[in-house]
This record gives sequence, C-alpha cells and structure tokens, in this order.
Amino acid sequence: MNAIAPLSAAKAVDCVPVLKERGQREVFCGLTGIIWLHRKMQDAFFLVVGSRTCAHLLQSAAGVMIFAEPRFATAIMEERDLAGLADANEELDRIVDQLLARRPEIKSLFLVGSCPSEVIKLDLSKAAQRLGAKHAPQVRILNYSGSGIETTFTEGEDACLASLVPIMPVLPASAAKNLIIVGSLPDIVEDQFRRLLAELGITSVASLPERAVADLPGIGPNTRFLLAQPFLGDTAQALEERGAVRLDALFPFGVEGTTNWLHAAASEFGISDSHFDTVLRPYQDRATTALAHQRTRLEGRSIFFMPDSQLEVPLARFLANELGMRLVEVGTPYLHRRHLAQELAALPPGVMLSEGQDVDKQLDRVRAAKPDLTVCGLGLANPLEAEGLSTKWAIELVFSPIHGFDQAGDLAELFARPLRRRDVLRV
Amino acid sequence: MQLSVWTYEGPPHVGAMRVATAMEGVHYLLHSPQGDTYADLLFTMIERRSKRPPVTYTTFQARDLGKDTSELFQTAALDVVTRFKPDAMLVGASCTAELIQDDPAGLIEKMGLPIPVIPLELPSYQRKEHWGASETFYQIVRHLADKDRHPSDRATRRPVVNLLGPTALGFRHRDDIIEITGLLGKLGIDINVTAPLGANVADIAKLGEADFNIVLYPETGDIAADYLKREFGQPAVRTVPIGVGATQDFIREVAALAGVDPEPMLAEGLSRLSWWSRSIDSNYLTGKRVFIFGDATHAVAAARVASEELGFKVVGLGCYNREYAREIRAAAKLYGVEPLITDDHLAVETAIQEAQPELVLGTQMERHIAKRFSIPCTVISSPVHVQDFPARFSPQMGFEGANVLFDSWVHPLVMGLEEHLLTMFRDDFEFNDGAGASHLGPGHSAPAKQPELAAPANDTDAVWSDEAARELKKIPFFVRGKARRNTEMFAAEQGVSTIELATLYEAKAHYAR
Repeated sequence: MNAIAPLSAAKAVDCVPVLKERGQREVFCGLTGIIWLHRKMQDAFFLVVGSRTCAHLLQSAAGVMIFAEPRFATAIMEERDLAGLADANEELDRIVDQLLARRPEIKSLFLVGSCPSEVIKLDLSKAAQRLGAKHAPQVRILNYSGSGIETTFTEGEDACLASLVPIMPVLPASAAKNLIIVGSLPDIVEDQFRRLLAELGITSVASLPERAVADLPGIGPNTRFLLAQPFLGDTAQALEERGAVRLDALFPFGVEGTTNWLHAAASEFGISDSHFDTVLRPYQDRATTALAHQRTRLEGRSIFFMPDSQLEVPLARFLANELGMRLVEVGTPYLHRRHLAQELAALPPGVMLSEGQDVDKQLDRVRAAKPDLTVCGLGLANPLEAEGLSTKWAIELVFSPIHGFDQAGDLAELFARPLRRRDVLRV
Repeated sequence: MQLSVWTYEGPPHVGAMRVATAMEGVHYLLHSPQGDTYADLLFTMIERRSKRPPVTYTTFQARDLGKDTSELFQTAALDVVTRFKPDAMLVGASCTAELIQDDPAGLIEKMGLPIPVIPLELPSYQRKEHWGASETFYQIVRHLADKDRHPSDRATRRPVVNLLGPTALGFRHRDDIIEITGLLGKLGIDINVTAPLGANVADIAKLGEADFNIVLYPETGDIAADYLKREFGQPAVRTVPIGVGATQDFIREVAALAGVDPEPMLAEGLSRLSWWSRSIDSNYLTGKRVFIFGDATHAVAAARVASEELGFKVVGLGCYNREYAREIRAAAKLYGVEPLITDDHLAVETAIQEAQPELVLGTQMERHIAKRFSIPCTVISSPVHVQDFPARFSPQMGFEGANVLFDSWVHPLVMGLEEHLLTMFRDDFEFNDGAGASHLGPGHSAPAKQPELAAPANDTDAVWSDEAARELKKIPFFVRGKARRNTEMFAAEQGVSTIELATLYEAKAHYAR
C-alpha cells in the first residue's frame, strides 16, 4: 500500500485547487509550542529571548495558569539592551546564570529566539555555544527560533525538534533497524503506540522528543521514522540528512490514518499482513464503534477550517472519510506537499484548499458559506458564535490527545460537542 | 534584560487595544509580525466580547524585512478604510515593528486618508500596558476633542460631567459605570460623555461641554484629564469611590463642584456594608490579617476599606505599576507596613509568605499564590481571569460596590458562628482538621499530616516540648499558625530554649489584643 499511494497522490494533487492568500493572519507564533513542549520534556527549560509581548503571549495562550513555577520564562529586552549588541550578550549571560542558580534541576536549556531578537540579529546559536561551554557538563544549552516572522504556531515545535537532531547519539551502520516516532505526543498516546508496535513485533522504538532531553534516541543509516505530526518539515529533513529514512504514510488520525501509519512501519519491519490484521482488528473495531456514536451527529454536516496548526488536512480527511462531513474549505498556514501527498490523495475530490491567510476575506467566505462548524483560533471563536455560527477551538486539537485508535472517538467528539450543545440549548 | 515568568501587564500596544476596543468607530492599525494577534483572545475569551477587537495587524514576515514592510503597512491602511469605514484610525507599531523603524506616523500622513488618523508612539521596551492605554486615550482626546465646545449656560440645565478612564478588559468597569452614573443621576448630575468605554468620535468631540471631569481609573484617565484641565479649564475629581467612606468623600467633592446638596444622599446611607460590618457576626473579622496587592488605585482603595470598614489589619500593601508608587508609599505609611512596588510575582509570593495573612486581596496572580498557600483570596484588580467578568451586576464602586466588597471579601473566610462551632467541636472525632470532608464519606481521610513541629516557623532555635506541642494541636487549625508563630517569637525574645506549656500561654497573654 505504501508503494502505490504516492503515485496516485501525485496525480491527485494536481487536481486540488489551492487558494494562496497573503494578508493579515490570525494565528499564534511558534513560541506557543513551548506550552506543550515544556510539559513533554521534563528536564528542559525554555528561555525566550524577547519582549514583554512574548511573555504576555505565553501567559495568555497558557490561560494564566500559575499553579507552579513553570519551566519557561522570558528574558525581556529593555531599551538599554537595544543600544548595543555586546551589551545584550552580556545581559543574556547574566540572566542565564541567574536562572540556572535558581533552578539547579534544569539539565537542558533552550534559548528561544523571538521576533525582536531576530530583528536585532542577536545570535543565539553563538550564545548557546558560549553558555554551553560555561555550564557544561551540568547543563546542555540549545537554541531555536519561535519567532512570528519565521514560524507559525506548530512550526515552533518543528524548529525545537530540529535543534535536537544534531545531538542525537550516532548509531553505527551495523546497528539493528530502529524506529523513531517523531512529534511531541501526550504520554498516554505515546505509550499506546509503543504497546501496539510491540504487539506487532517492532520493539526497537523510540520517540523524538523523549520525556527527557537526556534520553534522546540514537540515529543511523538503519533508523526509520514515522512523523506523528504533519508540521515537522525541518525536523524530517534534519533526520534524513543524518541518514534516517522517513516512512511515508497517512497521519495517525482515525481508523484509516492510524492503520495506514502503523502499516508503513509494519511493512518496513517485515511484519506479515495477516499478523498485522490480527493484531489491529480489536483496536479497529473498538475505534469504529466509538466513531459510530458521533457519526450520526456529524454526517452530512459542513465544516470550514481556518488555518491554524497544519493539522487541518489530515483532520479534514478523517472527518470526510470516516464521519461523512462535508468540507467547505480546508485552510492551512502552510501546505507541506511531500509529507501530505497521501493525505491530499485521500481527500474527497474537489475540496477547496487554501494556504496562508487574509483573515477578513476568509471570514467573508465563512459568512457566505454558513458552515455547520468552523474550526478557528480563540480570537475568532466567540465573534463567530455571536453571529450564529458554531465553532471549534483549533487549539484544543493541539492540546488534547487525538492520535491513534483509542482517541478516534474523542477526536470526533471534539467536533460533535459544539453541534450537540447548539441542539441542547434553549436560551 | 529582565527575567520574567508571569507578567502583571502586557506591552503598551495592548493598552492601546483596550482603548480602541472599548470605543465605537475607532480602528487600530498595528504594524506587527505574525503572532501578535494573540491579544485578540484577551478580549474575545477572557472578557467574552462578541466582536473582534477593531485591530488590523499588518503581519509582516522575515521575507518582508528590508523590502516592502512599509508598503505592506500602507496597503493595510487602505484596506482598513474601505472595509471597516472607521470614523478615526489609530496607527502604531508593536515591539518588533518599532525596531524596523518604518515610521507609521510619517507613512500615514503622506497617504492623506479621508478620516482623522492618530499616530501613537508607545515605546515597547520602556513602557507597559496601563501607560499605553493612558497615552492612547490622551492622544485620542487631544486629536478629537473640539476646542470650540464649551458648557452651555449653567442656569438652564442640570450639571454635566465626563466619566474618564473605563476601558475594555478593565476590572468591573462595565458595572462601575452603571453604578456611578446612577449615583450621579440621583444627585442631579448628568453624564456628558463616558470614555473611552462606549464612546464614539462624536462623543470625544464634545468632551468640552462638561462642567468637570471625574477620573474613575487614574491609571488610564489621568493624562487625558490633565489635558482637559489645561485646554478646557475643566476641574477633575480624582477621589475613587471604592468603599463607603471613599464614596461619601466622592459625593461631597462632586456635589461641591456641581453646586448640589450632598446631604440627603449621605443621610440616606445607601450601603449595607456599614450595618453588615457592625452586626455582631462580624466581630470575628476584627484584626484579620490581610495582604493587598494590585494596581495602585485598587490596592490603596482596598486598604482603606479593609482597615476602616471591615476592621482588618493590613499586613502588606503593594502595586505592580511603578507610575503610581507614590500613592502606595503614602498609604503604606498610614498602615505602618513596608510598601511593595514590584512587577515580579515571585517577590510578591515571598512577601505573602512572610506576612502570613489570613486573607489576600490581589490579582489573578495572587489568587494562584494564595491557592498554593491555602489562604483565602479575592480578586480586586486586573490582571483578571474569565471568572472575574461575572454575568451578574457586580460593581466595585459606589454604595452597591461596597456591598459587593463586603460579600466577596468576607465569604472566603470562615464565618463568625462557624468559628464558635469549630471551637466547640474541635476534639470531636468526626470534626477536626485531621478528618476528611464529611461530604466525601468515611473512606476519605485528610492527606497524611506532615510532622508539624520539625522546624520552627521563624528563625528561632526554640524546641517544643511534647506537652506544648500537644496543646498547640488543640488550637483550631485556622489560628494555629499564628499561635505557633507568636509563641516562637515570644520564646526568642525571652531567650527560652524549650517551649513549655506555660510558654504557650504566656505568649498568648503577651500578644492578647
């Protein structure tokens, strides 16, 4: 199934019309990824080198949750830092010393670039080297950019994971074949996938990122990897440059996507189709049962995706193929054609795709189409609800466990709930 | 650089957004990179506004830098005029755009747009949210207030005033305005304009027609009021009517300027707070230790109410906005506490820990700090959370506001009669702090107790004897911390190395109030 899919995809892509738009964007920048990345990598601290706006974004996007001192912070640049660059570097060193003294348990520190640090050309890779030498071996210092001028929302995770690839341990050509699941997943989902892969007979499985930066998996010419998220273009490229091979597949959403994704690994690792079918059958049946409950609510309903996380295309495929929803427009901030080849081929014919955004024009299209459900960011949801349009917060799709068989029902429920609520309310 | 985990204030352009969003027919064109749109969600989610903030972000990206960011800005400006048809436009830069120096003010001037355009200079690397709001409102007033408008003949009408300062995302601004407008109406005073909240360009134009101004929120209204005083000669009332006493002062001050008689209203006694506070159940409120932190205006007002109207003891007072540090210092002197002026929430946390208050009045930040320490807390100031925009009418100002203060500050505490019952039942096997909550059933016991007296609470070396330690445990849990602290402090003063039963009671007598 892997061998033939890309061919049909290439054909299909040409038929998909894509509206490219350039204008005001209503999306988060890459810094936002810190909110889930710092929960995932528990020995890491994220220090944004930026402005008060960056700090304010992080706390607003995180919902002002200060139940504990988080493992992220902002080094807020001030007027005097902008006067001269040498000064800014010294200041950064001072802040990092202060931070590491306060949090001695930190093992890895990410210096995260922002719009202002990029514009004043503060070289964080040099800073990471300098500070890394100073604080080695207790603390490893890494850097990436989460700036809005470089990254859109989930691209921040891509940049972060790509920065980890060069420090992954080297596996020799003689090493046994290993599999890496690439993309930050909730622990529960990661564990499910590992159990499933073990049942299939694939035991040498690791994740990027692991729960600690210290436990990065090894990589070599016999490394194969599966992308768990569709937004990891740079990370995939960096892994390929180190000799690893990407297994092309649908993304693991819904029964179709999860089956295809696991099958890509199974066939690569020489697992027979009959064993594959036997192992997966109960999981598939369970997921199908869960989806059947939601299908009655979602079938025939129309959905409009505003661009947000790059999850839009795989999710649209899931909603169309497994729940019978009608796709009005599938907007995505960036369309990675190579990684999405199979996804695009699996979309129903004639779907309107849009890449980039001019938010006011897109809202005009939403109002004209009056979809049953609009997937959009938090800034747009209530205004659209007030106009009588049901919405789904896109960010919940990033924060919630939605991958794999056992989350397929939950994923469908996320879309069904706004519609159910609309039916229930009598006020 | 400054290391910051959580911030009390956003950047100054967010302050400008609070003004633009509060008004009608005003659009804000913000030169900014992708991502700055996050600020929309403050208004649509936290405040549950049903409209998008009237802000257009130019959304430049790395590839635009050094090429056509200024063209991007001008195109966006034209789009705003055609699509939104605003009556006036604010233009400015966010922190990143400030660095690329496109000069939005100069660019827009060259375009000769058919509407008034107000350029904003908000230095992102020096200033913060409240200052940005204040400066923006001032610039709007300066550009749009018609200098030929003056009050009409005083003999033919009731006195009229402007209410200045309320913005979008303000703590209870929506309800304060309703309460104060009603109160002024009863006094025989009409409102000329309330601004920025709810005002349009025509309203701003007629600000000069008021007899005087009332600054309800100095953080956002002071600079505009200063300008109106200079330009139109309008006096300004700056007493903030939070609490019974401050509301009475406010009424007297306003009445004097308006030439109306305040006495009938003052005699009426329109707040229940006075009686609620004097009623016998409130005896237990006497001397409750309260820690207060917020914006300076709300913090200073809260300190007066806490001290004079509820009989609490102010054990900490501070603000995060340095611009009003002087007010906090003056008030702190009054209550004999060290003023805390900081925007570092960790410093606030430390101060709260040291002050050991029984109640914290603060912002959303202090709510979380208090939660961690298991101290009751009520929010009195922004920054706030979605739950601080209640569905019900819930002002902070005026007489109804005072009622709200009584309820919302006292309810988190253990109530008077409850305190007696706690004492009566403290040795009951089902009713003590070691037993779990009764509604959870018998299977639920409280979390395992920490060895309580392992280390003294203060920096003392005194050791507790077994007998004294047992006795301490009999003291109701909500005052036990204080008893322990006082006893250890007393022991240290007296140079006692072992705390005996007698030491405990001697300390009790020593600190009796």
